[in-house]
Amino acid sequence: MLSEQVRAKIDRELKKYPSDWKQSAVMAALRFVQDEKGWIDTGDMVDVAAYLGMSQMGVYEVATFYNMYNLKPMGRHTLTVCTNLSCQLVGAMETLDYIKNKLGIGVGEVTADGKFGLREGECQNVCDEAPLLMINNKKTCGHLTKEKIDQILAELDKE
Amino acid sequence: MINIEIDGKHIDVENGCSVIDAAHQLGIYIPHFCYHKKLSIAANCRMCLVQIEKAPKPLPACATPVAEGMKVFTASEQAVKAQKGVMEFLLINHPLDCPICDQGGECELQDLAVGYGGSASRYHEEKRVVLHKDIGPLVAAEEMSRCINCTRCVRFGIEIGGAMELGQAFRGEHAEIMAFVSDTIDSELSGNMIDLCPVGALTSKPFRYSARTWELSRRKSISPHDSLGSNLAVQVKNNRVMRVLPIENEEINECWLSDKDRFSYEGLNSAERLTKPMIKQGGKWLEVEWQVALEYVANGLRQITHESGAENIGVLATPHSTLEELYLLQKLARGLGSHNVDFRLRQSDFSADSKQTGAPWLGMAVADISLVDRFLLVGSFLRKDHPLLASRVRQATKKGAQINLIHATDDDLLMPIVNKEIVPPTEMTTVLAQVLKALSTIKQATLDTSVQQIVQSVTLSAIAQAMADSLASGERVAILLGNFAQQHPQASQLQLLAQHIATLCGAKFGFFGEAANSVGGYLAQAVPFAGAEHGMNASTMLTAQRKAYILLNVEVELDMQDPQQALAAMGAADMVVALSAYKHHATEYADVLLPITPFTETSGTFISSEGRVQSFKGTVQPLGDARPAWKVLRVLGNMLNISGFDYNNSEAVRDEVLGGIDVSAKLGNALYDVSAQNATWNVTGLQRVSDVPIYATDAIVRRAASLQKTRDAATPRALIHSVELEKLNLQSGEMVKLTQGQGSVRLSIIADDSLPRGVVRVAAGHTITAELGAMFGTIRVERA
Repeated sequence: MLSEQVRAKIDRELKKYPSDWKQSAVMAALRFVQDEKGWIDTGDMVDVAAYLGMSQMGVYEVATFYNMYNLKPMGRHTLTVCTNLSCQLVGAMETLDYIKNKLGIGVGEVTADGKFGLREGECQNVCDEAPLLMINNKKTCGHLTKEKIDQILAELDKE
Repeated sequence: MINIEIDGKHIDVENGCSVIDAAHQLGIYIPHFCYHKKLSIAANCRMCLVQIEKAPKPLPACATPVAEGMKVFTASEQAVKAQKGVMEFLLINHPLDCPICDQGGECELQDLAVGYGGSASRYHEEKRVVLHKDIGPLVAAEEMSRCINCTRCVRFGIEIGGAMELGQAFRGEHAEIMAFVSDTIDSELSGNMIDLCPVGALTSKPFRYSARTWELSRRKSISPHDSLGSNLAVQVKNNRVMRVLPIENEEINECWLSDKDRFSYEGLNSAERLTKPMIKQGGKWLEVEWQVALEYVANGLRQITHESGAENIGVLATPHSTLEELYLLQKLARGLGSHNVDFRLRQSDFSADSKQTGAPWLGMAVADISLVDRFLLVGSFLRKDHPLLASRVRQATKKGAQINLIHATDDDLLMPIVNKEIVPPTEMTTVLAQVLKALSTIKQATLDTSVQQIVQSVTLSAIAQAMADSLASGERVAILLGNFAQQHPQASQLQLLAQHIATLCGAKFGFFGEAANSVGGYLAQAVPFAGAEHGMNASTMLTAQRKAYILLNVEVELDMQDPQQALAAMGAADMVVALSAYKHHATEYADVLLPITPFTETSGTFISSEGRVQSFKGTVQPLGDARPAWKVLRVLGNMLNISGFDYNNSEAVRDEVLGGIDVSAKLGNALYDVSAQNATWNVTGLQRVSDVPIYATDAIVRRAASLQKTRDAATPRALIHSVELEKLNLQSGEMVKLTQGQGSVRLSIIADDSLPRGVVRVAAGHTITAELGAMFGTIRVERA
């Protein structure tokens, strides 16, 4: 069952589209679900499909197509490290390795305490700040160094 | 019109036409996979790349609209290079398993690879693996690595089937066709995805690994199930039906088949087939020769005629029987002196008999359904009763047609319904009368006296007004009555009211028709009022028990309106002769079983609901000692010394029925001398609503093993509104005892709030519910 907050957000989104094209809000709806619980399970997709009058498979297609939707729990803080060209040129792989070692997990995994999840990501369009990572698909942290990573992780750990 | 040139040939085509369509009009073949004339354009396989003058690179012919003066080269160096390149990419991930692939020999990829593929692959890396899926008992998705992601199956589901059951999940190299989580495909049209799949990814589960396409001979036939009259290609190997495919007929089934038509052939090879004539002696069934069995029947009928009079013989046949069979059956009965002959086994209201202008029919051509812009559908489980007609209606809604629905259940039709009124069966006439009332005001028409009284007695509801407004605003309106409306205890009132609604809005008016020969039965005169004297109809033949019954294809407890009454009548009869392709429950009550052949083993004729006469030949030899029913009846006729039974072939029978007759003149849906009263039909307590589930309609499908594994063939449950459930102090899922008359059955009861209050929905046509009584009427529910 979608929470009241998620439904309110979807309703606001629906105002942007013609009333018989509710499916236009599917990407936003999935985003709201993920914002709330960190990932999207198939039950959520069923709920979104019912709410928007779409087929369940139609929602599943969207949810599996875009890789920023988490289809499994990815921890309270999902760190997405960009590994595209610009970041690689300035040491994205070293950054990634440092985080892997620091958290003791591989890409696509979550720490045992469920706090951190790690993913590889695509270009964030701020290559001047490379190497960079994104927290929960919302906040970009650039010019990464080991010290800066330690600081970010320590701050997130406190939350 | 736009003038273009393809491979040096000029053609004028409509604006908006695609290059591939234009090429096909010229007879030029452009290789393709994802393009299909009945589906939307996806342009994702890229196989149809062609060179177009002034275009810098090859363009997909399916997604490129024609433009004035366009010059297309489908086989130029650039085009062929592009096509070969695409083929090389398609083959990169495609397994080289044609020798063990079920599609081998009828595979579009295999065919085109011969023309455009290299003789060896340059790709030596690992091929991608896509896991197999279980998507139900009909369609096999066991080798999804073969899939080239053309998405024809997905588009079919969305556009023709009405539900997106398959989709393409994930992206890029990881894209795969699948159903949501572990859902099955439950569409009643799912088999068409097998035809559409250009490779061996989706194959037919019942047919897999049983034959190669080149071993099969292909013979034309006609579907014996619903009233559409789909054209079939019956494929035969070693005198056994191995598979059924559609034959394209744009005016009937287009290029589709319903799953019922496609997979019912399994029932033809059922172990229950009756292959020897049998006689019951001293409570034991003995296999006997035809001569012995027929003499037994002839003597028995003679004796009963002699001792009790021919009117003590009752003759029942299913509307799935051929025109020839039905005609000879009634001729036999009337030759003996009995007019008690009927094929309308599930009908309960016969008050309009001999007050009809003709045989009830669709009232229009099937193809014209696509052009209708306003529908009023009354009492129809449309999707399950008429899968392909439902698809036609669905296509019409895509062009803006509005659907108004009056019915007792609210099953999802997978199409938009503008207005619907879901009421108990007892209130259906009232709703129609309301619509008629509203229409008469809109059209300022004076109503015929036959309906004045009922119209005056009803108060108009908002929804009826909305329906009337919708119908009045249409240009091409159709009022169509479904099987439920025909089986309804007030069928003639519904018909009369619908007729007047149709008159007021200038609409086409018709019946979907229950079975393959629902129209043919009337033309074959297999009705009690066709002769000089009037006999008993299917219902009175049971209430006023007869001494002898002749049953043609009938399983009384499954095919009749009131199985309880039917079984009682059979049990009390002195003699029951069952002509059947199967050994069935008749062994309990019959005295003689005569093995007759199903439609694949006899020649015959069906007249579809649109009045189309379609004759077919047998496709295989009769199984064992089974014989075509028309031949059996011919011999019986001769044995009983009834004149006019000297036919050389079934065509001679058909010509006797239809020779010199204009079939269209024999069709008619209007009633005369009938007037609608205030609803006098009262039901105390809960009333039953029955559908005949899609795979329970006739003897053949009931024995089609794979169809019986589908969700549509699941064990019937009783459905009821949750408020009624609460009143009964029952829980959803609980086992209950349902009682009608003397009989009762135990079923689990499920809350279903889409049903109107006051009804219990219990399927008919099923062995589990066969102990119950009539399809309509009072039903008692109590804790089991």
